[in-house]
Amino acid sequence: MQPKKVKKIKAEVWDLRLYVAGQTSKSLEAFANLKNICEQHLKGKYRIEIIDLLKNPRLAQGDQILAIPTLVRKLPQPLKKIIGDLSNTERVLVGLDIRSGATLP
Amino acid sequence: MAARKNRKRLEVLEKVPTGITGFDEITQGGLPRGRPTLICGGPGSGKTLFGMEFLMRGATEYGEPGVFISFEETMEEMTKNVASLGFDLKHLMATKKLFFDYVHIERSEIEETGAYDLEGLFIRINDAITIVGAKRVVLDTIESLFAGLPNPFILRAELRRLFRWLKKKGMTAVITGEQGTGSLTRHGMEEYISDCVILLDHRVSGQVSTRRLRILKYRGSTHGANEYPFLIDEKGITVLPISSLGLRHTVTSQRISSGIPRLDAMLGGKGFFRGSSILVSGTAGTGKTSIAAQFAAAGCRRGEKCLFFSFEESPSQIMRNMQSIGVDLQTPVKRGLLEFHAERPTLYGLETHLAAMHKLMQKFKPGIVVIDPVSNLGMVGNEADVKLMLIRLIDYMKEEGITALFTTLTTPGSALEQTEVGISSLTDTWLLLRDIELGGERNRALYVLKSRGMAHSNQIREFLLTDHGVDLLDVYIGPSGVLTGTARLSQESKEREADKMFFQDLECKNLHLENRKKAMEAQIAAMRAELESEAAEVKRLKEQESTRKKERTALQKTMVRMRKAD
Repeated sequence: MQPKKVKKIKAEVWDLRLYVAGQTSKSLEAFANLKNICEQHLKGKYRIEIIDLLKNPRLAQGDQILAIPTLVRKLPQPLKKIIGDLSNTERVLVGLDIRSGATLP
Repeated sequence: MAARKNRKRLEVLEKVPTGITGFDEITQGGLPRGRPTLICGGPGSGKTLFGMEFLMRGATEYGEPGVFISFEETMEEMTKNVASLGFDLKHLMATKKLFFDYVHIERSEIEETGAYDLEGLFIRINDAITIVGAKRVVLDTIESLFAGLPNPFILRAELRRLFRWLKKKGMTAVITGEQGTGSLTRHGMEEYISDCVILLDHRVSGQVSTRRLRILKYRGSTHGANEYPFLIDEKGITVLPISSLGLRHTVTSQRISSGIPRLDAMLGGKGFFRGSSILVSGTAGTGKTSIAAQFAAAGCRRGEKCLFFSFEESPSQIMRNMQSIGVDLQTPVKRGLLEFHAERPTLYGLETHLAAMHKLMQKFKPGIVVIDPVSNLGMVGNEADVKLMLIRLIDYMKEEGITALFTTLTTPGSALEQTEVGISSLTDTWLLLRDIELGGERNRALYVLKSRGMAHSNQIREFLLTDHGVDLLDVYIGPSGVLTGTARLSQESKEREADKMFFQDLECKNLHLENRKKAMEAQIAAMRAELESEAAEVKRLKEQESTRKKERTALQKTMVRMRKAD
């Protein structure tokens, strides 16, 4: 599933991939947390893709995924990885390099 | 009755052969099937290679595909690394015999934001196993995870889960671990993997490095508990098992020639026993290498293969020197029957020498092995170590029925019967070479000090290095012992003189006797002639007598007629 390339505008789109292994409580929690954070800080500028490794195990090799759940920020560069259920919002923001409240270039 | 049934139902731990030379012998079968084995050791001790060889041989020799999860090297790096050992990683991957996955953890990339598990790793390993239908898994080295992931508690819990999972899947796993200070592995992997633990050691002593392997633990099986030296060379790992130090080898009564016919005569008339060990000792320059070379050359002429280990001279030097005494070593080399291996003993440690010799003997399968000289090994080990190494070597050769000839240098001045490494008790035949100093010269002499199992000569024989090889000369005993050299020559000539004189004397006497015979015969002839003439005389007289008688009778008759009376 290739993410569609959006029109090149000043406001870049955040391309986020959440790797899970089936529907576990951790993955559901991670997704919920992620949605919240994105709505709060990246409204309208994000795209979340859920990749279920149980269905596509080969993708784990490509992105070097070890831990589940893992959130990968593919865009904007550079690539950032966050592991965990994203319950620690502070850490998520630091990890994704989201400056809260600041407008993105 | 019930006990017997129980015994039958007891399952013995099944083992998986690794294909690594010597390792399966030490472990009596290989690694435990379906269980994880921990290989720990310092850097450069050969852990990755062990794991890789385990998989490669499993895939190519035992039909068990494998998965190699590398946490440290990429596929390109690994392909290059194992190519030098003759392994074609790319080919095995293409034919789905092996799956290689490089797991990379970049600490800076990872931010921990809550609870997580390592299911991703599980999924990757599971995927790999499914793709090739693997039976063997190698994780190298799992301790990298500790460096990469921030939370050790989660990591440890997941590792425990991983090994249980691998066990459940029936995978025979090899896990490598870096040796820590004071503990087997840096992060204590031995807590989780306690079915089989193997320690690889790579130490340097006396400027020589030796590799050793030790089975620390092997649940469910007896195993050799000693340290085993091993080599890593262009074929991979070779472990040297201490073969039957139990003195259980079978023997043969076949005899082989020493290459010197008169020496064979000293050895019960037939030479050495096949499979025996022979020691040739002597001080410098007494001709040990010459005897060894002649033995080897004779063996090659019979069509036997010979391995010549030289610790002192280069092969070309030996061949040249032997050519000067008429021993041709070049022809057997060309025909592939003779192989030289020359190294300074200080090049490796004793175990490496032993392992290397083992390998060469296994590959070449000689009938004769010459080691010249064995005393040089004293440079790389103390007497006890060298003796132990030689015991192992001799044991192996006896098992294989290889006849071994060792030469050893004795120091002048020390008792000749005391060799430097105490090896004399290990060998079956001991030829002692010495210099005999007499009448202003030194000549070489040889005698058979011992030869187990045969009647041997007790004579000290002089030997010469002639241009047709080593030759033993006749024994000449003078008043002070064996005569050698010019003393012998003079004795020889004296004896020849004496012989000649005796012969001449005899001739003279013969002549004399002849003369007397002739004289006597002449006398007899004369007497006979006399006798004959006398006999003739008697005959004549007799005839005369009879004639006279006749005449008288006739006269009387006439007289009667004339007288007309009688």
